[in-house]
Amino acid sequence: MISEAVIERIRKTADRYPERRAALIPALTILQDELGHLSLDTVRSVAEELNVPAPEAFGAASFYSLFRWKPSGRHVIHVCHNLSCSLLGAETLLDHLGKKLGVPEGQATADGRFSFERIECIGRCDGAPSMLVGKDSYDNLTPGKIDEILQQYT
Amino acid sequence: MEQMLLNRVGKAKSAEIDAALKLGAYAALEPAFRMRPADVVHEVKQSGLRGRGGAGFPTGLKWEFCATVPGSEKYLLCNADEGEPGTFKDRFILEHDPHLLIEGMIISAYAIGATQGYIYIRAEYPAQRDILEKAVAQAYMRGYLGSNILGKGVNFDLAVHTGAGAYICGEETALIESLEGKRGQPRMRPPFPAIEGAWRKPTVVNNVETLAAVPFVITLTAEGFQKIGEESSPGPKLFAVSGAVNKPGGYELPMGTTLRELIFDHCGGISGGRRLKAVIPGGASTPMLTADHLDVKLDFKSLVAAGSMLGSGAVIVMDDSTCMVSAAAVLIRFFKHESCGKCTPCREGTGWLYQVYRRMLNGQGRDGDADLLLRICDSIQGKCFCPLGEGAIQPVLSSIRYFRADYEKCAGGGCGEKVCRPMVH
Ligand SMILES: Cc1cc2nc3c(=O)[nH]c(=O)nc-3n(C[C@H](O)[C@H](O)[C@H](O)COP(=O)(O)O)c2cc1C
Ligand code: SF4
Ligand code: FES
Repeated sequence: MISEAVIERIRKTADRYPERRAALIPALTILQDELGHLSLDTVRSVAEELNVPAPEAFGAASFYSLFRWKPSGRHVIHVCHNLSCSLLGAETLLDHLGKKLGVPEGQATADGRFSFERIECIGRCDGAPSMLVGKDSYDNLTPGKIDEILQQYT
Repeated sequence: MEQMLLNRVGKAKSAEIDAALKLGAYAALEPAFRMRPADVVHEVKQSGLRGRGGAGFPTGLKWEFCATVPGSEKYLLCNADEGEPGTFKDRFILEHDPHLLIEGMIISAYAIGATQGYIYIRAEYPAQRDILEKAVAQAYMRGYLGSNILGKGVNFDLAVHTGAGAYICGEETALIESLEGKRGQPRMRPPFPAIEGAWRKPTVVNNVETLAAVPFVITLTAEGFQKIGEESSPGPKLFAVSGAVNKPGGYELPMGTTLRELIFDHCGGISGGRRLKAVIPGGASTPMLTADHLDVKLDFKSLVAAGSMLGSGAVIVMDDSTCMVSAAAVLIRFFKHESCGKCTPCREGTGWLYQVYRRMLNGQGRDGDADLLLRICDSIQGKCFCPLGEGAIQPVLSSIRYFRADYEKCAGGGCGEKVCRPMVH
């Protein structure tokens, strides 16, 4: 299920640490980027590769809030809802996205293009309200600006 | 003040090694390598440099603990988790001047005797991680990383490690657990990381801004560095200002700049012609202050005297349209979400606080809610395993202390202003 190329990347990552287990979180991140979300099976194969007992690997993985366990949109939108963004209208943006995309938070749209979630402070408070779409960040958002931004994503 | 930490920020291609070198990057390596490691530690001790990650621990002293433990396997970790709400100061260095950070790490590693370092960067900074990885690769190519750096027999390997979304991983022992591939839950201290840290070896954990200041301690000498800022907290400081100001952003100013100068001279005052209501001076876990505190100096000592903390230097400004019950509720929701669950007072207490706030914001506030919140805080205060729990109650305690009237308005069906629902879901 996991491609040889990805396994190779995980092995290379593990070489950077005195103990291979340290590559667990980076490896799961690589897999999530590759597959869209994680599952028990993916965690199990990574655990095997890195010599970590599977329950421990799962226990660690479940701790981190940016790992996803169900299918998401091709582009995951993370809207910051912490203080500086809330002061400047984050909840209005979240309401807008819910209406525009027609799905609740965390669920992929029917065409599989987007899903959106709230996130804690993403360190862009000087550009509040802000969000991430995949690796891209956007600041000083309004509902209209979000509409324009999302057009760029197919 | 002359810009030091942000000197190359905003200049063309400043994250690229060629441009950075032309602008003076890596110039502190030669003079640092001419000193013995113990002398570098001594110089940093003399400079008075204190950690910029939040706690303000003297950097040279931490290095000395680590450097004097026998053994050759030691680690240097850069804390680039930058998770404290309101904080975005390290982002400027990571994004625009990664070579300043790498230069600082090489000198620090040389001083403490570490040959391996990791930069732990938050997953919420994916673009910055890519920039950093490229910068590390470039530094290897030019011989600033790896073995026999500058032909001086110094060896230092550096790798970038990315987290996966957990504020607690910014706490140094949780960071180490997370780096090792575990749940990010804090460890018992002692032993302190400097004695027994990553993979049980002596380890120094320093914030991005702290490490970025190190080259200046070398080039200016301890004496020159001390001339900047305040006697008890020397050096330049980055402030990240957000919220209700005309010019939010990152500012490099001497320690000891007053809140008034920062907000009114540098940030152009309160936006929308409104009045200042509250300021969080050092990130979400530091107690809020009011317009009465505008003449407080922003340094470790003065802010403690004023009943708050310098923390990470993240200044969140709120104007007179802000309901402080809503503001505190947003922060409590954050702490509840981020509590690692290891100890009961924090795990359960933050949940109870959030329940009360939710009820209040749903128009079901009652007389005595403020006192109920204070009682819950009392069951958290001083009873937590790590400082997260203690930080979590600060927005509650300080907002009740200064803005009890807002809480009273919430009792009996709410104030009718409908500001709370748009702010908290
Ligand atoms: C809950 C919590 C979160 C923290 N988050 C960060 C952080 O994001 N970045 C940081 O540098 N320090 C953070 N710290 C402080 C670190 O534990 C540690 O003191 C710091 O990295 C030491 O570096 P310094 O001496 O250079 O400041 C946090 C502490 C706590 C208790
Ligand atoms: S205080 Fe909170 S974050 Fe810290 S160990 Fe306890 S539960 Fe975890
Ligand atoms: S509060 Fe939204 S980016 Fe910091």
